[in-house]
Amino acid sequence: MSKSTQTLTDVVIRFAGDSGDGMQLTGTQFTDTSAIHGNDLATFPDYPAEIRAPAGTLNGVSGFQLHFSSNDILTPGDSPSVLVAMNAAALKTNIGTVKAGAMVIVNTDKFGKRDLELAEYTSNPLEDGTLDDYQLVKVPLSSLSKGSVEETGLKTKEADRCKNFFALGMCYWLYSRDMTHTKEWIVNKFKPPYSTANLKALDAGWSFADTLEILPNNYEIPPAKLTPGVYRNITGNHALALGFVTAGHLSGLQLFQGAYPITPASDVLHFLSKYKAHNVLTFQAEDEIAAISASIGAAFGGALALTTSSGPGIALKGEAIGLATITELPLVIVDIQRGGPSTGLPTKTEQSDLNIAVFGRHGESPIPVIAAGTPSDCFNVAVEAAKIAVEFRMPVMVLTDGYLANGSEPWKLPDIGTLPSIEPNFEKARTDGSKFLPYKRDPETLARPWAIPGTPGLDHRIGGLEKEDETGNVSYDPSNHEYMSHIRQEKVNKIQAVIDDLEVFGHSDGLLIVTWGSPYGAVRSAVTEELQAGSKIGHLHLRWINPLPANLESILREARQVVTAELNLGQLKRYLQGEYAIEMNCIGKIQGQPFHIEELRAHFAPFLKS
Amino acid sequence: MTEPIKLTKKDFMSDQTIRWCPGCGDYAILAQVQTVFAEIGRPTHEFAVISGIGCSSRFPYYMNTYGFHTIHGRAPAFASGVKLANPDLSVWQITGDGDALSIGGNHLIHALRRNVDMQILLFNNRIYGLTKGQYSPTSEVGKKTKSSPMGSVDHPLEPCALALGSDATFVCRTMDLDVKHLRKMLHQSYEHEGCSFVEIFQECNIFNEGTFDNVRKPKQRKINALYCEHGQPLIFNKGTQGIRVSPQTFTLEVVTLGENGVTEADLLVHDETNLALATLLVRLKGPVAFGVIYRVQRECYERYAHAQVKEAKEKTPNADIATLLYSDSTWVVE
Repeated sequence: MSKSTQTLTDVVIRFAGDSGDGMQLTGTQFTDTSAIHGNDLATFPDYPAEIRAPAGTLNGVSGFQLHFSSNDILTPGDSPSVLVAMNAAALKTNIGTVKAGAMVIVNTDKFGKRDLELAEYTSNPLEDGTLDDYQLVKVPLSSLSKGSVEETGLKTKEADRCKNFFALGMCYWLYSRDMTHTKEWIVNKFKPPYSTANLKALDAGWSFADTLEILPNNYEIPPAKLTPGVYRNITGNHALALGFVTAGHLSGLQLFQGAYPITPASDVLHFLSKYKAHNVLTFQAEDEIAAISASIGAAFGGALALTTSSGPGIALKGEAIGLATITELPLVIVDIQRGGPSTGLPTKTEQSDLNIAVFGRHGESPIPVIAAGTPSDCFNVAVEAAKIAVEFRMPVMVLTDGYLANGSEPWKLPDIGTLPSIEPNFEKARTDGSKFLPYKRDPETLARPWAIPGTPGLDHRIGGLEKEDETGNVSYDPSNHEYMSHIRQEKVNKIQAVIDDLEVFGHSDGLLIVTWGSPYGAVRSAVTEELQAGSKIGHLHLRWINPLPANLESILREARQVVTAELNLGQLKRYLQGEYAIEMNCIGKIQGQPFHIEELRAHFAPFLKS
Repeated sequence: MTEPIKLTKKDFMSDQTIRWCPGCGDYAILAQVQTVFAEIGRPTHEFAVISGIGCSSRFPYYMNTYGFHTIHGRAPAFASGVKLANPDLSVWQITGDGDALSIGGNHLIHALRRNVDMQILLFNNRIYGLTKGQYSPTSEVGKKTKSSPMGSVDHPLEPCALALGSDATFVCRTMDLDVKHLRKMLHQSYEHEGCSFVEIFQECNIFNEGTFDNVRKPKQRKINALYCEHGQPLIFNKGTQGIRVSPQTFTLEVVTLGENGVTEADLLVHDETNLALATLLVRLKGPVAFGVIYRVQRECYERYAHAQVKEAKEKTPNADIATLLYSDSTWVVE
């Protein structure tokens, strides 16, 4: 039998199930397959902080949303066109974001009395009309999957674990995907009989969908017209890791990462600990303070030093960042932001650490801050931050967030020849007995010499006490302290000369939406839609938060109205108002979730009218 | 390391004015460290002296070597980073009882268990000096200080017991005034491959004068200091008293030679590889144990870490940016 195939441009698919159901894996496989197919895509894994909340409960639901398209896209999509719900709880927690008319594939085996109770349903949503407005596809996924792997001899519990591949097989049929990549992956990842069972479940899912009457046709989403080049799919955390390893190569230095496990930053440690062949040393410290302290020690010792964390860890590192500031040592600090304050929402995204990044230390302690806008931009930001840290001899803060960290997109790989050089320019040994001045500065960058212990003739002492200009000796002289405070600020200001000017996307004299970090994609998409509808609107995206780019003020003054869009209560707005005393508004969202395009356009509306 | 070179104590003195109080025990320790560094025979630039915060932590400023005066309690982590990044350096970490045992307790125990090759010199004066006289984690119960006018109610910590509990591979105790013994301990700590823990009894003559009089005053020292030497019987008090195991309680007991038929043959012979003995010796009441109390060999952390990097490099000899980025699943858009 053969069914017809229709062509679509955009699909948003969301896999949702128990934390143990393998939803992240299923989503990742669909993503990789779609990437290889040539679609543009963006993903959004959304999972609970608990590793395995009780099975079947609302708290245990883990989701993975994927937007794939034959067009250029910048977000994982507002609302799924297809929801795959592996149990009642997954349906309950996700159906709210699914619009009428969308397809909902449910595992009917997990809608028994107990399942409904755990999901806090008082009646069965498959029967009570709840889903009347959706294209409901009822599939006994667990039993069909078990049946398909019967001959492999797996125990019931093990056989049940194959159901995500059954569901994946169905989705592959639905969107005419080539299963080769996933099949190869299964063979590499699992040993028989598990590999055999997963392959059987995958094939069975495909065949089942092909014969299902309720699915009269399937779909094809042609490859997107991306800029020619070599691509790979990348998450923000992986891109960060690759960026720092690359910076190690570019500088010729050993990369040293001090880190303490914390969500959502741990993956950077996982990745880097696998790249030892690239001269990477990872140090899993006893706590956040030790992680940055060891990194600063390594910077003193001559390594390219990095410490990675999230909000709670950054709060603990504050004193040590101050030490790196006064000792003017190269260090990159990464804050992969999550919902706060305190433990907050560990697995959810937020942009509420701008204040702590820019201002979060005692004393006058300015440091450069740069923020990534997309998962692949994390690579560029890592290289750029490392270059500034090394060449200006100072700590640099990199901001990303949970959404960028775990989300992915196709990444056009850089031409190696276009990557910048990073010059450590170590101070050379002295044998002539001349006095070494550890705080004598390069007139251009104000960088002080990087004199590595072990180098003859450069013996010197540094520390947290105020330094005398040039000699670096301890000094309590009032005017010296004021001078050094100004110098440390001036060093940050100097970076303005090497960072790119900003460009407004769209109109610069109408409503100007200003973003930093991860809202880039959603805002750029929403502004594009507004421009197509004829609105007088523009989008300005900041990568450098400190120092602010030189042409920012004139851009802000040209706009009729400035509105920031950020996942906090207005931190960028207050910061810019403080700098420029320009009236602004803020579209703030603080729900642990990224912006949706439609939601942004609704927020723009009153500003466009005024 | 190259051929030993001839340097003197003076070569290790920096040009900075020393700002400790007159009479402070730190002067004696500084002089001995400078002397020992010269005796070691390595050039000044091969030493890195790392400290935290406190009176003793000003130490790096007075040493003509590479030095880093860091933040309170965290020096073991800084020193670990320095050693990892630059493993050929001789790394010395200077700390005090507040810095190492109170705010920095966590970093101390982890540096010790990892066995990063460096020397941790803990100047124990049982008081906070730089903040002008509050009780410290080693102050005795009942101690009256500015923050404990009615006497401290904090139970004190035994630094060497903490080090042993952290699986330190080298634990020794010495004191500021016994300069010959101090130098010997510094040399032995340097020669030990691994993290050496050196507790140095040191007097703060301003806020805690007399705290170690029972062993610090030469006369008292002859009576109460038990110098432990590997392979030698545990004898003190001018050879008149010794230590043996009480068969009833498995604890150490002080015995007098010649009394109740006790001879030297009844005494314990010091075995610095015996953890059980070390654990008892560091808590000995009455006589105070000095010397290398515990010493065993265990591979250093930084060697393990660098060996893994080396192994990975050998497995992937052509690891460059191209192989890094253009790997995993890539596809070409024409």
